Amino acid sequence: MDLTLHVWRQKGPQDKGKLETYPAKNVSPDMSFLEMLDEINDGLIRQGKDPIAFDHDCREGICGMCSSVVNGRPHGKQEKTTVCQLHMRQYNDGDEIFIEPWRAKAFPVQKDLIVDRTSLDVIMQAGGYVSCHTGGVADANALLIPKPVADYAMDAAECIGCGACIAACPNSSAMLFTSAKVAQLAALPQGKAEARERVQAMSQAILDEGFGNCTNHYECEAACPKGISVKFIAKLNREYLKSMIPTSTIA
Amino acid sequence: MNLFTSTVGRKILMAVTGLCLVGFVSVHLLGNLSVFAGADGINAYAKHLHDLGPLVWIFRLVMLGLFAVHITFGVLLYLENRAATPDSYAVQKSLVTTFSAKTMVFTGLIILAFLLYHLLHFTVQVTNPEISAQNLPLDAAMRPDVFTMVVMSFQKVFIALVYIIAMIALLLHLSHGISSWVQTIGLSTGPSQDKVTAIGKILAIVYGLAYIAIPLFILARILK
Repeated sequence: MDLTLHVWRQKGPQDKGKLETYPAKNVSPDMSFLEMLDEINDGLIRQGKDPIAFDHDCREGICGMCSSVVNGRPHGKQEKTTVCQLHMRQYNDGDEIFIEPWRAKAFPVQKDLIVDRTSLDVIMQAGGYVSCHTGGVADANALLIPKPVADYAMDAAECIGCGACIAACPNSSAMLFTSAKVAQLAALPQGKAEARERVQAMSQAILDEGFGNCTNHYECEAACPKGISVKFIAKLNREYLKSMIPTSTIA
Repeated sequence: MNLFTSTVGRKILMAVTGLCLVGFVSVHLLGNLSVFAGADGINAYAKHLHDLGPLVWIFRLVMLGLFAVHITFGVLLYLENRAATPDSYAVQKSLVTTFSAKTMVFTGLIILAFLLYHLLHFTVQVTNPEISAQNLPLDAAMRPDVFTMVVMSFQKVFIALVYIIAMIALLLHLSHGISSWVQTIGLSTGPSQDKVTAIGKILAIVYGLAYIAIPLFILARILK
């Protein structure tokens, strides 16, 4: 099939950038979206032009590196799929495809489709961990965690940190990303000890890093390649309310 | 304090003040519907309200506080969120969000503008003094004739339209606001959220249509 691509090209962080049009000829429906871009880049390199820069790593949909908004939707039109796992069979001959980077103040464009997602690491560093010594490997089932709780924590832990939730959010809020970690750790006994400090510090980091506020649009859940539910945001809100009760009244 | 500075704290503030305002909208609606019982209904209701004396002023001050917090943080959130999204996409697609969710600040400001007009119109009674209850003769039971003021006001197409448009804005505002409250306060648990959203929208439509019925029925001369 033949396609027309409109790709965001930006030389560097300071460059203004603009959409450029590239024809994509003889695209195989079996190609992944990134393989299709590889072919375009091959052609560009042969012509002595600068190839399109885009993030990618595992190409298995689990690493969270790939990050493009395709026709106005993060990771393209297939639900619960990263753009590396999106295949060209989803498109028809003659389609026009717009490919843009994540857009948010907290995600400055580095080059073309690559954005700097350090801000997500900063949120994680604010409290997305358990700081106790874990010692040696514990015996299986030494720490009893009910299966539904383990499942709940696992659902939250599925977040791959790609940033599609922020790219989709009209407010560029990182609430779904943050809530997935807050909910995962607050559900488990290892994480409960620091639940108060974690939810306070991580939600503060959202604003400090220049992300917006969550106003319950739920675009994040719809765009998430891992289907992280907004119920984790409700959980974060609950954890936040709990953290506002002074410790002296609890202990 | 965290409640006023943190992103979640302010979200909770918006939700709690919003819920209180929904409570006000509910009570106000019930009072208004007494207009359908004719002059005896709404005039008696208005007299009872005024006879509460200092309680009225306490209530007004609480309302002022609620509105001040809700509006200040609503506008602040809008400005911050705008600043967080400096560049827009060439192709922009909404996946699940709604028109009402995207226009909260605008419907909110329309309601604020309406509120000011509404107070000048029916409370201070300066916009149409010729048909204000203060200048109309008392009714048969010697009460201020609110009923005649309301009916004569809404027989004017312009005034009726202002009220109808403002109530459409309220309907839109509530259709995001009511269900949003449940999520913000942390009560939703995923699968229930769809039902909560549906109930919120239905309630918003009920509120909106019930409020709109008053100017509409008077304008159509069904209620006179």
